[in-house]
Amino acid sequence: MRITLLCCLFLLASPAHALTVAAASSLRLVMPELERAFTAHHPKASVRVIFGASGKLATQILNGAPYDVFLSADDVYPQRLVDEGAAVHPPVNYASGRLVLWHKDPALGPLQPEALASDQIRRIAIAQPRHAPYGQRAAEALKALGLWQQVEPRLVYGENIGQTTAMVESGAADAGLIAWSLTFAPELADRPFTLIDRELHRPLDMAMVITAGGQDEPDARVFYDFMLSDEARSILMQYGFEPPAEP
Amino acid sequence: MPELAPQDWQAIAVTLRLCALTTIILLVLATPLAWWLAHRQSPARTIVQAIVALPLVLPPTVLGFYLLLTLGPRGPVGQTLEAIGLPHLAFTFEGILVGSVIYSLPFAVQPLVEAFRQLGPRPVEVAASLGAGPLDRLFTVILPLCRGGFIVAATLTFAHTLGEFGVILMLGGSIPGETQVLSVLIYDYAEAMDYAAAHRLSLGMLIFAFVVLVALYSFNRRMIGVRP
Repeated sequence: MRITLLCCLFLLASPAHALTVAAASSLRLVMPELERAFTAHHPKASVRVIFGASGKLATQILNGAPYDVFLSADDVYPQRLVDEGAAVHPPVNYASGRLVLWHKDPALGPLQPEALASDQIRRIAIAQPRHAPYGQRAAEALKALGLWQQVEPRLVYGENIGQTTAMVESGAADAGLIAWSLTFAPELADRPFTLIDRELHRPLDMAMVITAGGQDEPDARVFYDFMLSDEARSILMQYGFEPPAEP
Repeated sequence: MPELAPQDWQAIAVTLRLCALTTIILLVLATPLAWWLAHRQSPARTIVQAIVALPLVLPPTVLGFYLLLTLGPRGPVGQTLEAIGLPHLAFTFEGILVGSVIYSLPFAVQPLVEAFRQLGPRPVEVAASLGAGPLDRLFTVILPLCRGGFIVAATLTFAHTLGEFGVILMLGGSIPGETQVLSVLIYDYAEAMDYAAAHRLSLGMLIFAFVVLVALYSFNRRMIGVRP
């Protein structure tokens, strides 16, 4: 009987409270570093991070997901949260993202975007433009380069930019338009890439908001301020992000 | 034995908790439902049978999508809960528990229907004529005689919940310690290109699922073996 009771307690036990941060997939590699720096200053805070495409995370928040801070890869989705009442204060930019062209064969050296027109490259991965900012920018850049018609039939779509990167990394796709920040994985250090001219697409102004639910979470504000600190910025710069655009 | 990360243990705890609670809840819900399906000949039976089997054919995304709409803060169930001062269920453990119960329903009901049909109404009628009350009949007649059916139903429910992915991803997100079950964590690892971590959990699940099914089938064969 006592064992049954203990089992029931185990089954019903609810997990300890923590600050929950919803972060764009392009932040996957830098986030552990940011968390370390943050908890070094605030040893009592515990942070849990959920990664996903910015559009998907925004939809989850609108449907009641208990995320306190939303770090988006653009400024459109945080603004949508504000418009729909799921966040109180206007979004603030904390970094800028860059798109890169990346391919699976290091021996080829860096690839110019025009090379995507060639049929030699059978599959080109981009993130799903419907809900991933990097996917939207990739489609814009391909259109601006006049490559869309030739490339579109060969596109494969990753659910978010992390999955898109994995498609190229595993060799399933020959090339991909991915986040610069995701080429910083140690195992990918030898892979050449080409930065895409930022004039070819709308900027990736990465903005964040504290959600309406996060207003009651004291650590949310602390984390938000940390993300704007010089320390956080210098970490972001080490992982392929650029300083935020001035408003 | 490769070392597991704290996040892995957390996901294992969430997964086991989900599987165990789903199995307990479903055995309680499925027993009367299966009894009714096994012994009543009413026109409603076909409809109920179809509803029970729906999760077998529907994509998990359909189920996840409607559950998200229903249980979330704008849905009827979510709004009712919030109106009485309780939190809505989207992106919570309770939410994915509701999802799992619906998703695994056919796996609990169908083995029990089969077992109750084999049993037939006679033993229960005899027990009733000897003065056994409804609960007495359940615990002293149905449970022992249909033991095999209950074990199969519980094992299948547990194993099927273990393999759940789509519903939980849509309804639960991927919150560590809350809705991040093993299948979702593996997806997360693969996405982060942490293939070593994905391998370690995937291989563990593969072996576990295989062992459960081997145990189940050898148990089934023994049960059939003793039947006259």
